[in-house]
Amino acid sequence: MRRRHFLTVSVASVGGLLIYSLDRRPHRVLAQERLSLGSIRIDLRHFTESEALDVAAAAARILPSDESGPGASEAGVVVYIDRQLAGPYGRDKYRYSVGPFAEGAPEQGYQGRESPRDIYRQGLARIAGMARLQPAAQDQLLRTLEDTLFFNLLRTHTIEGMFCDPMHGGNIDMIGWQWIGFPGPRMSYRDEIEQYHGLPFRPKPLSLAQVLGKRVKPSEEE
Amino acid sequence: MKTLPATDVVIIGAGWTGLTMAKELASRTSWNVLALERGPARKTSDYLDDMDELDYAIRLRMMQDIADETVTFRHTPRDRALPVRQYGSFLPGTGVGGAGEHWSGISYRYLPDAFDLLTRTVEKHGVKRLPEDHSIQDWGVAYDELEPYYARTEAMMGISGKAGNLRGRRIEGGNVFEGLRSGEYPTPPMKTPYLAALFEEATRRLGYHPYPLPAATTSQAYKNPDGISRAGCSYCGYCERFGCMIGAKAQPTNTLLPVLNKRKNFTLKTGAWVRRIVVEGGAKGGQARGVEYVDPSGREFFQPAEIVFLASWTLNNTRLLLLSKIGDPYRPDTGQGTVGKNLTHQVSIPAAMAFFDKPLNRFMGAGSAGIAVNDFDGDVFDHSNLPFLRGGSLYTVCYGFRPMANFGLLPATVKARWGSEWKKQALHYYDRTGRISFYGEHLAYRHNYMDLDPLYKDRNGDPLLRLTLDWRDNERGMAQFMSSKAVEIARAMGAREITPFPGLKRYDATRYQSTHIQGGAIMGSNPAQSVVNRYLQHWRVSNLFVLGASAFPQNPSGNPTLTAVALTYRTAGVVIDRYRKRPGALA
Repeated sequence: MRRRHFLTVSVASVGGLLIYSLDRRPHRVLAQERLSLGSIRIDLRHFTESEALDVAAAAARILPSDESGPGASEAGVVVYIDRQLAGPYGRDKYRYSVGPFAEGAPEQGYQGRESPRDIYRQGLARIAGMARLQPAAQDQLLRTLEDTLFFNLLRTHTIEGMFCDPMHGGNIDMIGWQWIGFPGPRMSYRDEIEQYHGLPFRPKPLSLAQVLGKRVKPSEEE
Repeated sequence: MKTLPATDVVIIGAGWTGLTMAKELASRTSWNVLALERGPARKTSDYLDDMDELDYAIRLRMMQDIADETVTFRHTPRDRALPVRQYGSFLPGTGVGGAGEHWSGISYRYLPDAFDLLTRTVEKHGVKRLPEDHSIQDWGVAYDELEPYYARTEAMMGISGKAGNLRGRRIEGGNVFEGLRSGEYPTPPMKTPYLAALFEEATRRLGYHPYPLPAATTSQAYKNPDGISRAGCSYCGYCERFGCMIGAKAQPTNTLLPVLNKRKNFTLKTGAWVRRIVVEGGAKGGQARGVEYVDPSGREFFQPAEIVFLASWTLNNTRLLLLSKIGDPYRPDTGQGTVGKNLTHQVSIPAAMAFFDKPLNRFMGAGSAGIAVNDFDGDVFDHSNLPFLRGGSLYTVCYGFRPMANFGLLPATVKARWGSEWKKQALHYYDRTGRISFYGEHLAYRHNYMDLDPLYKDRNGDPLLRLTLDWRDNERGMAQFMSSKAVEIARAMGAREITPFPGLKRYDATRYQSTHIQGGAIMGSNPAQSVVNRYLQHWRVSNLFVLGASAFPQNPSGNPTLTAVALTYRTAGVVIDRYRKRPGALA
């Protein structure tokens, strides 16, 4: 049994407190009951707390929280990555992983033996202590990794965690969808598809569970 | 291995072609028809939960389990083939309905001259224009013979569109280059999303002939000749890689299965992975005795049958013939043998990425909601000064733009790939990015083929299929020309920045192109050059029929489903009217 790890984050840093209006201007809502919590603890399924903090710090440099809007921190990207690595994806269920393994042409695709978990294990060794560095030093470290498999996977996962359905752990309160103006799953655009030509259609996003009125089991829980 | 009670007909694969054949045979004969499907059962209500990009479009929940079985790939016979370890250039479906559940539903008929490609091309351009190393062949069936079956397929699926050639009369607003149609489409065209409207207006201004894509995502409520009713499309954008939750997209589960479920002489068995077709009587002219399959718990069965229909999608059709040692494997060095010959894919490229000032709302749409021009299709334009033969469709489709896959698509002028500047640009362009696509013909070549891999195995220990496939100058020249046309169109659409397609280099198994793989068990009029005859009947094993795009001698540019199903209807008619009374070779 693995020892339980938690990610402890300040409520001020996660989604739900930043609400984006339809014209994408951020409004900070200071809900008293949330502030009184001070911090929340998120159950980790794969990472240790220090690993989670390093991955979160790296993801926050890929999609930083800045004047253009919320980033990986507010969306809870690290929670998404933690759950993916703990689940079937992390252990390579979606890949033909039978040997022999050999180096191929780029057009033959990834031929490595390493699973996503293995690639993160190697990458985590390279970014150990990242969370304690200043942003400029974090960027400098990431630049040395730009060509690695790990960095490319982390970049992909950061985008996924920013825009996944919230059932997967990222995109908390649909903060990523609000930011880009994606409505999420929606049953019909029959009335809008020929009306909004050249005009933005930006309804408040709903998650799959909200649209269906029930919980759907995500693949990482298989 | 347990031997099961015999059945009249066994069908391997419960996708579009397998279940179309099942519907015809079970409705029009008293035969007992058994369909064996390797994947799970599926029904429309399963798809209510599927509007999730991660699990369906990225983790690919509807696809064949690649951990169990994949293909190996190399560019030339001199290279080392390696497994395609993650899905890339195509997405084989699994489960009842097969890839017909997750398809986009674009439903072209092929150009008439595509069926006599070798004859017509030589007539018009001379033998010298044919690429060196080509292995182009005629199909052995003409468009005119297939037309009634195209019409039946369109009626069954309720295809939406506008005719451009109604009994010889050219109609503006439809595809004026298409072959003669005996009737109008069953349902009117789909609504036009904004990006497609820009494309339509621009191409008309440039003097081209835009028309709405023929769509199996039907535009309005429709009842087909089998009495099956379906709702009209709601443009939710969850078609491609998803099953349709309201049943507006024609899928085998909502169009064929409801008919079959009422037939007592039809049985569907899921979780039945067929490993061999058993043939007795030797290579010269045997008879199929049935099939061997394994269930998910590993139990093995022999299912005897009088007639076997192999309908398990292009690649698996070829693989099962090779594993079952039916026919002579193709040899590229000598050109002898036929099984595995003429592997083709499709020249499918983002011909131009176009970046606009106004928001496009591209999350709205459907897999086939779009506009196309075929002014550069087949031989309808002048090739005399061009370095390639044939062509295809330029089109734009608003299939439902998904954020995980598309956030960060940026003009080439943006160099950053992460960080604040990249993020700012990615936000700006997120809903301002359009794509003009091109689907073009892929000619057949002597060294593009399939055989069994000598090294890698599937979960059952059977050899994987090995693809040897690369582009030639014809495809590269075509891609470059079409990209230049797409850039002109994008400019006329008012794009602020345009990224042309960088060019086809080597075949890339990692870039999604389409699931339109053809060949391997090709049809023809000469048994030395084809696996099946003009009725898709095996030349040597007369009670074995091989259905699907494995029969196409080369790729004729458009989406293959409509043609694959039309050919199936034609075979069903011949089997019922002729073969049933007098079994044996039909050609």
